[in-house]
Formats: sequence, structure tokens, C-alpha cells
Amino acid sequence: MIHFVLLISRQGKVRLTKWYSAYPQKERTKVIREISGEVLARGPKLCNFVEWRGLKVVYRRYASLYFCMCINQGDNELEVLEIIHHYVETLDRYFGSVCELDLIFNFHKAYYILDELLLAGELQESSKKTVARLIAGQDALVETAKEEANSISSIIAQASK
Amino acid sequence: MAGPSMMETLFQRTLEDLIKGMRLQLIGESAFISKAVEEIRREIKSTDLHTKSIALQKLTYLNSLHDVDMSWAAFHAVECMSSSRFADKRIGYVAASQSFNESTPVLLLITNQLRKDLTSVNEHEASLALECLAKIGTVDLARDLTPEVFTLLSSSKVFVRKKSIGVTMRVFEKYPDAVRVCFKRLVENLESSDPQSLSATVGVFCELAAKDPLSYLPLAPEFYRILVDSKNNWVLIKVLKIFARLAPLEPRLAKKVTEPICEHMRRTGAKSLMFECVRTVVGSLSEYESAVKLAVVKIRELLLEDDPNLKYLGLHALSIVAPKHSWAVLENKEVVIKSLSDEDANIKLESLRLVMAMVSESNIIEISRVLVHYALKSDPEFCNEILGSILSTCSRNFYEIVMDFDWYVSLLGEMSRTPHCQKSEEIEFQLIDVGMRVRDARPELVRLARSLLIDPALLGNPFLHRILSAAAWVSGEYVEFSLNPFELAEALIQPRASLLPTSIRVVYLQSVFKILIFCVNSYLSQTETLADLEPEVPDSISQRENSEASDLASVRALFEREHDEAFNPGVLDRPSTDNSIEDIGNAADGDGQTSTFVSFRKNGFTRESIVNLVNLVEVAMRPLSVSLEVEMLERTCNILGLIEVLKRELPAVFQNEKVLEKEELEVLKLIKLMNDAFSEELGPVSTSAQERVPIPDGLVLKDNLADLDEVMGDVKLPSSSSFSLESPYNGQRMDPASCNVQSKEDSEASSESTSLLAEHRKRHGLYYLPSEGNGTISNDYPPANDLKSGDTNQDDTEDFVKLTAQSLVSKKKPNYAKPRPVVVKLDEGESVPVVLKKRDSRDDLLSGAVRDILLGDDAVKLSSSIKGKEKVNADPLDSKENMHDMENSSHRKSSSRRSKQRPHRKERGQTNPEKLGVEKEEHGGKVKSKSSHRHGRQKSRQKAEGSSDIIAETPVIPDFLL
Repeated sequence: MIHFVLLISRQGKVRLTKWYSAYPQKERTKVIREISGEVLARGPKLCNFVEWRGLKVVYRRYASLYFCMCINQGDNELEVLEIIHHYVETLDRYFGSVCELDLIFNFHKAYYILDELLLAGELQESSKKTVARLIAGQDALVETAKEEANSISSIIAQASK
Repeated sequence: MAGPSMMETLFQRTLEDLIKGMRLQLIGESAFISKAVEEIRREIKSTDLHTKSIALQKLTYLNSLHDVDMSWAAFHAVECMSSSRFADKRIGYVAASQSFNESTPVLLLITNQLRKDLTSVNEHEASLALECLAKIGTVDLARDLTPEVFTLLSSSKVFVRKKSIGVTMRVFEKYPDAVRVCFKRLVENLESSDPQSLSATVGVFCELAAKDPLSYLPLAPEFYRILVDSKNNWVLIKVLKIFARLAPLEPRLAKKVTEPICEHMRRTGAKSLMFECVRTVVGSLSEYESAVKLAVVKIRELLLEDDPNLKYLGLHALSIVAPKHSWAVLENKEVVIKSLSDEDANIKLESLRLVMAMVSESNIIEISRVLVHYALKSDPEFCNEILGSILSTCSRNFYEIVMDFDWYVSLLGEMSRTPHCQKSEEIEFQLIDVGMRVRDARPELVRLARSLLIDPALLGNPFLHRILSAAAWVSGEYVEFSLNPFELAEALIQPRASLLPTSIRVVYLQSVFKILIFCVNSYLSQTETLADLEPEVPDSISQRENSEASDLASVRALFEREHDEAFNPGVLDRPSTDNSIEDIGNAADGDGQTSTFVSFRKNGFTRESIVNLVNLVEVAMRPLSVSLEVEMLERTCNILGLIEVLKRELPAVFQNEKVLEKEELEVLKLIKLMNDAFSEELGPVSTSAQERVPIPDGLVLKDNLADLDEVMGDVKLPSSSSFSLESPYNGQRMDPASCNVQSKEDSEASSESTSLLAEHRKRHGLYYLPSEGNGTISNDYPPANDLKSGDTNQDDTEDFVKLTAQSLVSKKKPNYAKPRPVVVKLDEGESVPVVLKKRDSRDDLLSGAVRDILLGDDAVKLSSSIKGKEKVNADPLDSKENMHDMENSSHRKSSSRRSKQRPHRKERGQTNPEKLGVEKEEHGGKVKSKSSHRHGRQKSRQKAEGSSDIIAETPVIPDFLL
């Protein structure tokens, strides 16, 4: 199972975190520091696995972003690499040739997409199309709600309550 | 209230504004964040849910990426969750799943909200609730929401169903009783036609089986079907993981799955699936020769790839296969050894593990030699990895693979001189351990100790101090093997020894004491015999030297005596320490010179050498006798006391008289006693020795030691002032006479303790090593292998490959000049007691519940099969079953026979591969015909019926894969 997912930029900035195992807030900071230290220090031609605290961190670099997932020792490393790639492809499909800035400004969307891919640390949707459809469905729900909310009349109605 | 609310709504910064602001801020990130949090705190109190949710979203962002605390906003998250608008709801749920934990108080409030959303017609809302539950589910939530999850497990919306399957994991984990409700629906999903639900279900079983595989053995047929039928690599990998857990539990199952797994391995183009097959085979099916061979071929393919990932995984797989099939490693040894110099530290580490796995008693010498050279060239971290693995491999199981201990001891020496060595603790332990366990290694140990001790450069390296401590101990304990004890003593009292920490200096001092006793005793016992046999001093030249030397000595003694005055209680305040240290330095130098030209003959303790030694030690000890450390002070006083006794009681020695007088024999006895005390052999002590001492009959051990206070009430604890170090010139301590007395007492005590020890040994021989005669071992021991010669320059990997290739290929046992020395072992007692891993009670509950359900079915199967057929091989599961299950099953028997409805289930059980196609078709049909009201239990009973019939038809394969 995947314990957590981290997106770290080459400069060590955290772009996304998602925790499937229970890590208290303090611990999270420490974990991020340790992992980014380990992962960012590795050269380009090295293998994508790092042993860490008896677990394994599988990471992959896309442009300036490192996608890291932490798994158990016995889990399949190549499978996780594929999950990472799957996630990136899904993001790509959603944003249209995704770049780091997309993820910075649409932090929450990257988050929702990840939620559709993984549940309780397991891959639950391996079809990019399905994920795209689901996210589009949710976006539509949000949009209609927003339109309602943003109409001046509703604001005034609320304000004069 | 209305005004600000509207203003907030209109001018609130969105998440995007926040992110943009963060990137453009000029006031520093932390200042910006604290400002933003302030703003959020204001906004989140708004009555407008939209404003609130945007504030919450911003807070979630800050929490996720900038570690801002958001536990205070838990209630606001709950408010947003209850919004009717999806956008707000989603923000609320994300915030909750990110920040809630078991101890969040508002968890109690969300049960109903979750229930409402789980049953919502909007699939996206249900999905939000499921995601949240998967993350924050507690015992209470899991219990209260089990019915809803159960309903969703058979939802017609695939999207919701697969998520609810994922959630069952968390629910089971928190609330094992949910298994009784949900398990059957979960199992039904194994037959789902939807790949996503199937994948999710297999994922759940994979996690469950990892915790307790035994409980899921009865589901093996379902998994087997998936293994054979599925084309989905995600699913196959998970199923393989399940089989990797199940196969070791049931040999027939292992036999059955081997072929399909090999088939996947041959056929698949996906590396991840192929690697999973390899890992399953080498990890769990290693008895199947052909499968392992195929796997090793695949591993080789991985190793030859350029991709470092595949290489790493190949090495990893090899290390799994290594313990059982070492040939696999040998076949790939070039790659493995070349990987030692890979640029990737992970690959290096993995190949190091493999190299160590190849080690055997015939090649350990070569491998270690090459590895130590490798360590010299590596970066400090990897260097210590190498040293650590050599140390642990060689010491495994009481130095099982070490045949030549002289070699091993010198290897330890070489390792301790490796520049980056930080393994001093381990080396220290092993030096002492080898000394205690292997009698034959002691001369070499002393030789090593000498070379370490006399090198003043080593004292400057704090990493080596522990090793030096071991060397000092060895030199004192086994001084009888030393070629030149005087040299050892000199090394131990060299001025640079002051660089050592006190804890180690103490060991040095104790060793000096032992050496001194040994030397004096040897000399005295020698002169005794000499006096009997040949009263003349043999060599006139040496006599002249003697007199010169003793002149020198007496001059120094005089000086010392003068110096001594300074220590008299009257002139305490004179700061003499600095002076004396200088003096010592000079004196030591002078002595060094003297001792170099005093030719030391084998086993020869000449009078002047003893006098020199005694004087030298005395000079060195004087400044230490004002040490501030209790331990050091005490040991120094012991030594000084001994010297005092010697000087007073043995004037014959110190005043250049040839014949010993009668009354001096008294001292002789004393020295002998002390020497005996020290030559008492120290053996290894079993870790469980204490436990094995039987409690004597009349002894009652009290748990409560409260009445100890009463007993101790009138006993005054020694006040710390008596040890006060503030006034080191304690007259009593410095008084030679009292020192004398003290040392006498000391020696008496020690002789007493020896006799006690001997008595104890006689009575409880069990706890001691068999005592053997202290056979003297000749000093001309064969020299150790000189590791430095020859290959100092060899650093080519090719050479390494060649070397190890030779050593690995040679199957014959190497001829050793001498048999392997005895290594003392204390049989069972010494293994570290294995602490059984205590399993989580929740896990127990969970697997208990699962077994209840699965074995309940199984009992039906078993009993019906017994009833159906007289000669059935006992099902392997019956051993696990208890009587309760048997009873249950007999109750159900009749109904189970009645429920036999679907004959085509029987075919499913066929093991012939040709039948599988048919089976699949029928499977498709069955799914269509599956009516929603059918209950899981009923179905598995049918299955059981089917299997019993198959067994009846083909009694040869009583496989529960059927």
C-alpha cells in the first residue's frame, strides 16, 4: 500500500502532499525534509528507489518536479512507477500538457484527481478516461453551484438577510 | 453583521489569489503566511458558507504545503461538509480527511453527515464520503456506518462500488465485526465483471492477506481463477502477491500455481508483472526447480539491462534467491561484482549484500581481502557498510565461517586501520569475544594489540578509542603470550595515552597492573629455579649493563624519592602536577632508550628489566595518583601500592643482591596469588545464564522491597565526601603505608575470591566452561597471513572478478595447515531470546472473524465431503478447525445438501487446463444469471457441494483449489 504521496520541486518546495497512513503534523514535516533530502540529492542516472526507514520511496522526475510515493518493502516498485506515470498522464490530459505552474495554481485540482486515482493507498482507477470523466462531472457540479452563488442577486439577498 | 459579511464575500481572496500573492510577496514567506492565517481566521467565522469554504480551502492549502496548523478549524470543516452545495462540501471533506485524526473531538458530529452522503443519490457525494471514511475512519465510525458500506458494496454504480470496496479495508481494520456483515459481498466482487471493482477487491485482499494469510486460504480457488483468466496487469500483480503469501502455507497450492505463474512470466511484456512473477517464484516457490531456473533467466535479463531500476530489482531478486540457490548468484557473479563500483549507492549496497551472501568458509579470506581494499577506496559511508557487513558475516553463528583465526584477527586489525572506520564498537566486541572464545587466537591477538597500542598516531583518532580499549584489555589478559611484556607496559603508559577518555584509560591502567604482576611473578619464579640450579648470574657482560642500568634506576629512584616529598601532606598547596608531567615525559623517554638496548631474551626476565619496568610504571603513575576520576585514582593507587610492597619486601631485587632471603618468600607467595587470580580464565557468559540459576530452596524473593528501608535505616550510605575529589591530596590515600595495606587487602580479597570462584565452579560446573590446564603455548607461532603483500595495488574490478571467480568456483575445501581452532560456544543459551512479535489484538479479531466466516463454509465442505465419500484424503484445513466448527457444520449439513442447484459449478472445479475455456464461458453465463437476492453463504455451500462431488469423482487430487 502507498503510505504517502509527495510532489517536490527541484528547489525543494513541496507542491502536494497526501497521507494515507497516519502521520502526525510534526512527523509530516520531518518526513518531507528527510525524503526531499534523499531524493533531490540523487543524480539523474540512478535508480528510482530509495530505502527509507524500512520502507521504500519510489520517485520519478518529470521536468522540475519529483513525484514520490512511499510503499512497503514487499510492494512492486515498477507498479508504483507506473502509477506515478499514470497520474502524470491523467494530469496531462486534464490540464493539457501539464507544467509545474499548473499544479501550483491548481493545487486543489491535482488533489481531486489524485483522490480519484488512489483510495486508502491503493490504485482504484486505472483508466485515464474514466478519471477525466469523473473530474469533469464534479467540475460541472461546482460550476453550476458557483453560478448560483455568484449572481449578484443572491449575494444581495444574503447580505440583506 | 451584514455589511462585513458582504464585503468579505465580495473582496475575499480566493485560493488562487493566495497562491499568486505568495509568489509575489515581499515581506517574507512566514510573515505572509501568518498574515494570511489571520485573514482566514476572520473569514472562516463568516455565516456565509461560501466565504467559509474558501477560507477553509486556503487553510487546507497552507496546511498541506506550509505546515500551518489547522486542527482549530475542525468544526468549520464539519460545517462545510454539511453544505448542500457540492463545491463547499468537497472542500469540507478534503479538509477533514487531511486534518482529522483519532483524537479530533468533532468526529462525533460527522457520523450522520457521512451516513447521509453515503446514501445520497449523487454518486459524487457518496464518493466524497467514502474517500473521507477511508482516511479518517475510527472504530465508532466504522461500526456505525457498516450497514451503509454494505449497501454500497452491491451498488449498481461501478464508480461508487469500487470505492466502497476500498473502504472496507479501513472498516475491517477498525471494526473487525464488520467482516461478518460485508465479507460475503466482498467475495462476490471477486467475480465481478467490472475490472475496476475486481482490481479494488483484489487490492483489499492483498492487504488483508499480508496481515494474516492463513485466514484467506479457503479463497484460493477464486484467486486461482483470476490468476488464470485475468488480463489486467494491475490485478495480476496483486493476485501474485496474495499467492506469494498463501503458497508457503499449502504445498499443493504452490504446486498448482507454479505453472500459471511461469506462463505469465514467459508471456508478459510488462516488466512489472514479470518482476512480480520472479519475486513470487524466488520468494515463495523456491522448491520448484524449473520455475526457479526460469526466474533466474529472467533475473539475468534484468541485470543486463541498462536501466538502473531493473538492475537494482534484479540484484534484489537475486538476494532473495541466494540463500536457497546459491548457483543463481554464481551464474551472475560478474554483474554482481561489477555493480560494487556502480555509481548508484543503492545498487552498490544491494550488490554488497549479495557478495556477502556468496561468502563461504572457502572464499571468505579472498572476499574479505578484496572488500577491505574496496573499502579503502570508497566513500566513508559505503566503506562502513562494507566493514559492517564483513564483521557481521564473519561473526555470524560464533564465527562459523572463519577457519583461520590468525587471519581473522589480523583482518580486524586491518579494518581498524581503515581511514574511515567507524565500526570500532563492533571491532572492540569481536576482539574481546574472539579472545575469550578461541584459545588459539590469543597469541595473534596479543600481537595485534601490541601493534595497535605502540602506535601513538592511533591515539589521536577518537573513532579508534574503543578498539584501543579492547587491545589494552587483550594485552593485559593474555600477556603470557606476549613476546615482550615490557614493551606492552610502556605502550600502555605512554604520555599520549592521556588523550584517551577516562573510561578507556582505566582499562589501560588495569592492564598495566596485570602486566606488572605477570612480569614480577615470572621473574621471581624464574629466579627461584635459577637459585636452585645455578646461583651464578650467567653473563658477565649483561651484568655490567645491569649495574649501569640499575645505577640509572637508583638515581631515578632517588629523584623519585625527593619528588615524593612534595606529596607529603605538609606542602599540599604546591602546584606540582605540571612539573611532574614533564618529568614523566623525560623519564619515559629515557626509559625508552634504556629498554631498547636492554636485550630482551625470550622468556627471560632479567633483574634489571624488572627494576626498569617497576620504576617506569611508578614514574608514570605518580601524576595519575592525583587524578580527579575515582576509577583512575583507585587503580593507580593499586599499582603504586603494589610497587611499594615490591620495593620494601624485595630488597634483594632492588638492591642488587643475588640470593633471595627466606622472609621474602612471603611476598613471593603474595605475587603468585595475585598472578593466579589474574590468570583465571574469563569465558564468554551466556545471556541467559542468570535465568538458569535455580532459586535455592529456602530463598524467598520478595516482589516488594519496601522493608528494605527498615533494614537499611541504620546503615549509613557512604557519604560522597569520603570520595571527595576536591582534596586529592588526601593524606591517608597518599600515605604509602596505607596504600600498602590496601593493596595487601586487595590481594587477599582477590585470592579469596579466586578460591570462592573455584568452589563455585566446582559446585555449578554447568555454568562454566570446562577448565583446561593452562597449557603454555610456544611463542614461535606461525606468522599470520601477510595481507599487505602482493595486492596492494590491485584495484581493478577485473582482478576482483578473477579472484572471487577462482575462489567461488573452487568447490574443494581448502587445505589448512592446521585444523580449525575450537570456538567456545555455550549451546542454546547464547542465542538472543526471540521475542515473539505480539500481534495486534485488532488483527486477531479481524482474522478471527474472517475465519469464522470462511471456515464456517469450509466446515460444510468438509463434512459434506466426508459424508459424500468415504475415502477422502483429509482436508488440510481440518487441523485448523475446532470442534465448534464441526458441530456447526453438521447442523447445516442437511440444508446444504438441499441447496444444490447449479450443476455447472462442478465443472468450475476441474483442474485440467483444457477445461478452463469452458469454465470461462460458463462463468460469463453465470454472472448474467446471478440474481441479486442470492446470498453468499448459500453460494459457497453450493461450491462446497460441487467440490465434494468432484472429490468423489477424482479422489487422486483432493485439492481445495477445486
